[in-house]
Amino acid sequence: MYDIKELFEATSVQNAVELRLAHPQALILAGGSDILIQMREGRLAGRELLSIYGLDELRGVTLEEDGTIRIGSLTSFTHVTQDPIVQKYINVLGQAVDMIGGPQIRNIGTIGGNTCNGVTSADSASTLFAWDAMIELTGNEGTRRVPISEFYIKAGVVDVRSDELQTAILIPKESYEGYQGHYIKYAMRNAMDIATSGCSVNVKLSEDKKTIEDVRIAYGVQGPTPLRAVVAEGLGRKKEISLDLIKQISEAVIEDIKPRDSWRASKALRQHIAVEMAHRCLIEAIKLSGGEV
Amino acid sequence: MAQYKLVKCTINGKETETMVDVRASLTDMLRNDYRLTSVKKGCEVGECGACNVIIDGECFNSCIYLAIWAEGKKIQTLESLLGPGGELADIQQAFIDEAAVQCGFCTPGFIMTAVQLLETRKEYTREELRKHLAGNLCRCTGYENILNAVEKTMLRRLGKL
Ligand code: FES
Ligand code: FES
Repeated sequence: MYDIKELFEATSVQNAVELRLAHPQALILAGGSDILIQMREGRLAGRELLSIYGLDELRGVTLEEDGTIRIGSLTSFTHVTQDPIVQKYINVLGQAVDMIGGPQIRNIGTIGGNTCNGVTSADSASTLFAWDAMIELTGNEGTRRVPISEFYIKAGVVDVRSDELQTAILIPKESYEGYQGHYIKYAMRNAMDIATSGCSVNVKLSEDKKTIEDVRIAYGVQGPTPLRAVVAEGLGRKKEISLDLIKQISEAVIEDIKPRDSWRASKALRQHIAVEMAHRCLIEAIKLSGGEV
Repeated sequence: MAQYKLVKCTINGKETETMVDVRASLTDMLRNDYRLTSVKKGCEVGECGACNVIIDGECFNSCIYLAIWAEGKKIQTLESLLGPGGELADIQQAFIDEAAVQCGFCTPGFIMTAVQLLETRKEYTREELRKHLAGNLCRCTGYENILNAVEKTMLRRLGKL
């Protein structure tokens, strides 16, 4: 038995918004693989919960008319990985969320829940940062969209207002068209582990595959929230591909990241792996795009 | 004040309904209301897979699944594998033959993961099997025999052994 004070079950998105306003203390419960566990451990014991898990309208991946990829917030990690649209256009996202926990956790865990708990180690987060994802929130006044970089306010805090719930994650066409990406998760074990750090890189090459048109580098656990390595990205744009360039870009990520010492890893180790991960991801993403290194 | 809800679902092929406390996990409901004690309480925080059951064809840790979410779902536990005369399924027999059971606490969870895997009728490499079984922990066997049991059953079903 869980120590739940009171449980409300939303019957539709509209109903969820009403319940949010009526019960401001209630925590939104998606798949529950964070909240229910924290409840069991005592940290969230005795709280009110608002379950949205039954809202099937928030499941699935679709391609909108303008080419935007729409991922319903309650889509499970397994379903993100198996989805043909994800596989075709943003395969690296499916690969990244396939590294979370174990199979059972990937079946219950949702991509919306993974972003809404605001932790920097979320395996989906760095890749969504790399793809310049937009977060769709639905509230009393309808929907609004925020770039994912603004959605994360600080550690554990995301921009969900008191009447809102996250309803979708959107990847605009201009973010993914022509790009290829690669993700590396660095953890102590291959399964059932939280990332010591994660790095997601995507690149777009010129027609002749000799120049980097655009590059995006994102990290988890290199700061209180997931972040982009803007300085390093700037060094790579519109430059001819070479091992030297890749080295330069990777080393520059030190300017962007803000790692700290924790029991999981020291700051020095995190910096070291940040450079190494960027290096390997860049090479992989360039190869996937048909370039040569 | 306790809050109750009627939950209708299909368990091991039978349509059922019961009033559950909304604070109950699916493990609580399966064990207490339906006496399906193959569903074990190991860690109760989604780490070990001892409570693993199949819901609509996918594996879930029932300890972190609210009982009320089972509404309208098809749930399968280890008890469903038993034949009419009490015969064991091939995968259960393989666990015995390969000595993949010691204390047995993890076994139902492992077997249900294997059942879902075997139903895909695909041939997996040893590495892939490891990944698929990564959500189940065993403190006794050291995993090798469990992997052997699953691998052999898979090959037998595919007619390759
Ligand atoms: S008892 Fe459910 S995962 Fe351990
Ligand atoms: S046989 Fe004892 S935990 Fe697996």
